[in-house]
Amino acid sequence: MKSTATKDSKKGLRPSVETRAPSSIEPAKEMVEMAERKPLSLYVPEPHCRPGDTPDFSDMEIPAAGTDRRPPIDVDPQEIKDLAYSIIRVLNREGQAVGPWAGTLTDSELLEGLRHMMTLRAFDQRMLMAQRQGKTSFYMQHLGEEAISCAFRRALESGDMNFPTYRQAGLLIAGGYPLEEMMNQIYSNDRDPLHGRQLPIMYSSKEYGFFSISGNLATQYIQAVGWAMASAIKHDTRIAAGWIGDGSTAESDFHAAMVFASTYKAPVVLNIVNNQWAISTFQGIARGGAATFAARGHGFGIAALRVDGNDYLAVHAVAKWAAERARCNLGPTLIEHVTYRAGAHSTSDDPSAYRPKAESDAWPLGDPVLRLKSHLISRGAWSAERHVQAEAEIMETVIAAQKEAEKHGTLHSGGKPSTRDIFEGVYAEMPPHLRLQRQEAGY
Amino acid sequence: MKRTMIEAIRDAIDVSMAKNDDVVVFGEDVGYFGGVFRCTQGLQQKYGSDRCFDAPINELGIVGAAIGMAAYGLRPCVEIQFADYVYPGYDQIVSEAARLRYRSNGDFTAPLVIRMPTGGGIFGGQTHSQSPEALFTHVSGLKTIVPSNPYDAKGLLIAAIEDDDPVIFLEPKRLYNGPFDGHHERPVTPWSRHDLGEVPDGHYKLPLGKAAIRRAGSAVTVLAYGTMVHVALAAATEQDIDAEVIDLRSLVPLDIETITDSVQKTGRCVIVHEATLTSGFGAELAALVQQNCFYHLEAPIMRVTGWDTPYPHAQEWDYFPGPARVGRALKSVMEA
Repeated sequence: MKSTATKDSKKGLRPSVETRAPSSIEPAKEMVEMAERKPLSLYVPEPHCRPGDTPDFSDMEIPAAGTDRRPPIDVDPQEIKDLAYSIIRVLNREGQAVGPWAGTLTDSELLEGLRHMMTLRAFDQRMLMAQRQGKTSFYMQHLGEEAISCAFRRALESGDMNFPTYRQAGLLIAGGYPLEEMMNQIYSNDRDPLHGRQLPIMYSSKEYGFFSISGNLATQYIQAVGWAMASAIKHDTRIAAGWIGDGSTAESDFHAAMVFASTYKAPVVLNIVNNQWAISTFQGIARGGAATFAARGHGFGIAALRVDGNDYLAVHAVAKWAAERARCNLGPTLIEHVTYRAGAHSTSDDPSAYRPKAESDAWPLGDPVLRLKSHLISRGAWSAERHVQAEAEIMETVIAAQKEAEKHGTLHSGGKPSTRDIFEGVYAEMPPHLRLQRQEAGY
Repeated sequence: MKRTMIEAIRDAIDVSMAKNDDVVVFGEDVGYFGGVFRCTQGLQQKYGSDRCFDAPINELGIVGAAIGMAAYGLRPCVEIQFADYVYPGYDQIVSEAARLRYRSNGDFTAPLVIRMPTGGGIFGGQTHSQSPEALFTHVSGLKTIVPSNPYDAKGLLIAAIEDDDPVIFLEPKRLYNGPFDGHHERPVTPWSRHDLGEVPDGHYKLPLGKAAIRRAGSAVTVLAYGTMVHVALAAATEQDIDAEVIDLRSLVPLDIETITDSVQKTGRCVIVHEATLTSGFGAELAALVQQNCFYHLEAPIMRVTGWDTPYPHAQEWDYFPGPARVGRALKSVMEA
């Protein structure tokens, strides 16, 4: 994407370089120039559009699908700096897979990918509705970002560990984790695997390679690096993947992760999901418009790629490349997934207060489900009719899981975790002071 | 054999690394050089640079990476060069290490030890002298340990490394070379001439959560930990007061039984710590003592602590709660 600074400087929001004094060693001249200096002013980046404006992504540079090269996995990160400024894309406007990143996914693997994304979308719909019905306190949906976690998961192997944020449930769904278990957690019911202790959607499953979601931003990024370092220390073959959003790359944890990953060449894939918005704050507040998020890898000597996050094939191919690089002990890769958060940040958010309603429709990288659907149709492996039928079947599956989960209760009715569970699991063994407090609570 | 506290700590890590391949050690300057206080000297040479290595100057990263390693199944024992430097890693300790077991219902755990030199007495000014223990005792999910001598340091550190939960291990740096009693004008006795400088070879553990009575007495109970144990012992001797001095060793979990038994016997209680007063761990101790021993108390519970100011440089010995201040408190509770 072109720097927002270009646009802003036209509006006069940013002092132009001409107003700054050139360096000089001649005192007399310098004094004159000092007198001509204007008072300083603070530059605060603004997005192109706010509510009421016409959405405009015209300055976003989108290369044609298939145009970016695919380097060998042992490439020197210095030689692929351009790939941190491009957008690796596979699916073209006609729905065909083109170029060196087109990959080798078979029809059935792609159909499975489509099913995962559609399942996640249906799951989101039902859980959003459940939240509105008061069955849970909170929910976060993935609309528009389904390809990233679903495709990425299929590029990993059993035993690898993801350190996700709250918008990668596709890692679980594409990994075969039961929908009902996810719902039990969302409902905090008596089958909740986390015993009611954690906010809805903050899943945890070691078995499915899904690290416990904290709810704090960015903290898990450096932990992914530590996990990967441990794997290297133990001469294991497993790798880790860290996840962070565009906004939280501003956290110190991001810097810590990059320093450690770079220093120890940790076998880790570091993902940045750039969905343009951190609640109401546009991504320019985290990066200042100076460079891409992927380009942050360059200062650390970390291989950095930027990928079309709404292109299932591109995400899968890039993830596979980075995972293979990590597994061959060639070091970390930073991947920026360029996407758009089509829905609200969470059920507590209303995007119409800070961005144009039609901005999502104007997003130039399209919808990941529709793009994969059209690709499968162009391959002759799918049809519009079968898609409609699949939507209905998937929704039925999700509803069936929901009915099962609800038998075990929802947040305010039916089965729920015990009050005793408040005190369990703080330590491996309950210390005396907690035992006393548990007794005081009546358990 | 006789060991300094530094040697005892190094031996504890050595024994743990020899016993379990999953124990890894890292921190600023801890690898090749062996740490600014030499607590990890020789470990890289002995166990290799993938088990004992230098870390970037990034405490958030040191703790965060250790959590990831612990979640993988290792047992990291990391060093924060001074407790004063831990704050960039505080979020990782509080929001992550301390809560991982709870929030994942035991699916993931963080068995790690964070070692930090703590306390003043070395003219370290405000950035090399702090005692931040109360910032950790306030956090559920953590254990907080403060040894006062080489024998305990080794046994407690081995226990901490083998513990399945995150442990904050605060090492009073003024005790590294001898049982400093607050008399800064005198040379410190070396650990080689102290009973608790006798540190057996090999593996032994002390339980986390058991206090030790360092001096039996019947007139007043002194609750102390770390350097203040030795200051309290000096003050009791100098004032010739029949004080019972309890070395807490572990703040969380706390050995409330030993404390309660003692105060119910003596009827008087003085709490001593080097950290600042307000919301210090002494406040928690005072609340527990009054709750458990109210009808046995003959005098108000007193606290002798660092002042509620940053740790000064030139005025270090006016800040440090030395034997004179502790002695005055002992006398005043005896007169109450």
